[in-house]
Amino acid sequence: MNPALGEIWVYLSTTPLLGLTLTLLAYQGALWLYRRANHHPLLNPVMVAVTVLVLVLTLTDTPYQTYFDGAQFVHFLLGPATVALAIPLYAQWERLKGMLLPLLVTLVAGSLTAALSAVGIAALLGASRESVMSMAPKSVTMPIAMGVAERLGGLPSLTAVLVMSTGILGAVGARYVYRLLRIEDHAVRGFAIGIASHGIGTARAFQVSEQAGAFAALAMGLNGLLTAVMLPLILPWLEALLR
Amino acid sequence: MIGALTVLLVFQLVGEALARGLDLPIPGPVIGMGLMFAALVLRKGPGAELRGAATGILQHLSLLFIPAGTGVMLHFQRLADEWLPLTVALIASTLLSIAVSALLLHALSRHTPHGEDQP
Repeated sequence: MNPALGEIWVYLSTTPLLGLTLTLLAYQGALWLYRRANHHPLLNPVMVAVTVLVLVLTLTDTPYQTYFDGAQFVHFLLGPATVALAIPLYAQWERLKGMLLPLLVTLVAGSLTAALSAVGIAALLGASRESVMSMAPKSVTMPIAMGVAERLGGLPSLTAVLVMSTGILGAVGARYVYRLLRIEDHAVRGFAIGIASHGIGTARAFQVSEQAGAFAALAMGLNGLLTAVMLPLILPWLEALLR
Repeated sequence: MIGALTVLLVFQLVGEALARGLDLPIPGPVIGMGLMFAALVLRKGPGAELRGAATGILQHLSLLFIPAGTGVMLHFQRLADEWLPLTVALIASTLLSIAVSALLLHALSRHTPHGEDQP
């Protein structure tokens, strides 16, 4: 780098502008690639954008905190976006009312499966206690999951990573599960992906149809509530069982 | 757009205040979503502006996960040490919970009068 460019870099890397702009550029690039590749599941936009950002930050020796000072403006919008989920939910209200009981039964079963299978498999394969506790709330939306992990004695920032990976795995893998099990109904598809992989799964469901998206949003919201209340109650018991 | 964003933020703020004030384990934005839903049921639906803004934000929901996701770089060491149990648990548990949920809801909703497959 010549001296003038170096000075510009030093200036820009201390302002929030750079982290924010990089996030948007990485997202636009990832979205462009995803569309060009005909929505190929392995090119999930979140995964591609995160990979690009990690590479850029590592190569330029930029600490994550410096990047996040800018990117937090995007991160902040998770709050209003969560509130906005009420709107597609309301649009499906008529259909939802008719299947409230099946939805609630499925919610409890799916939520327990997601948390207990993750904790059980990780513990049996020898993951550390901190990692296991960080893993427990991996299927719920990021702000809830981080809070639950903290209460369980996990690491909230590790939980954020596991939550994101779960979301991407669900968004990439759900279609194969549905094909194998012959699940066609968009309401069922949306609800299942919302239970297992929260907002990233919901984002994927909205790409498929508004109905799938609304059911995914409902599942995500309800699973967040249920997990926040239930996990701190049942995990100590499960831990004793696994020991 | 600004009007709609204000409405969303007000509901989030009320949700956060309730979560703190009543010491609830549920995050503020989720309470805000519940309140917004109740308001929509009472008012019989959102206005055009709110609907437009919500669609706009939700279409780009993926973008909002990128900053926290990039935090993966803080955990490379732990991930290198424990990659096997973490990877197996994530993949198996995620696909299993999708399968269990989908099969169960599919089976249950066939037997209710509002189910898709009912003639």
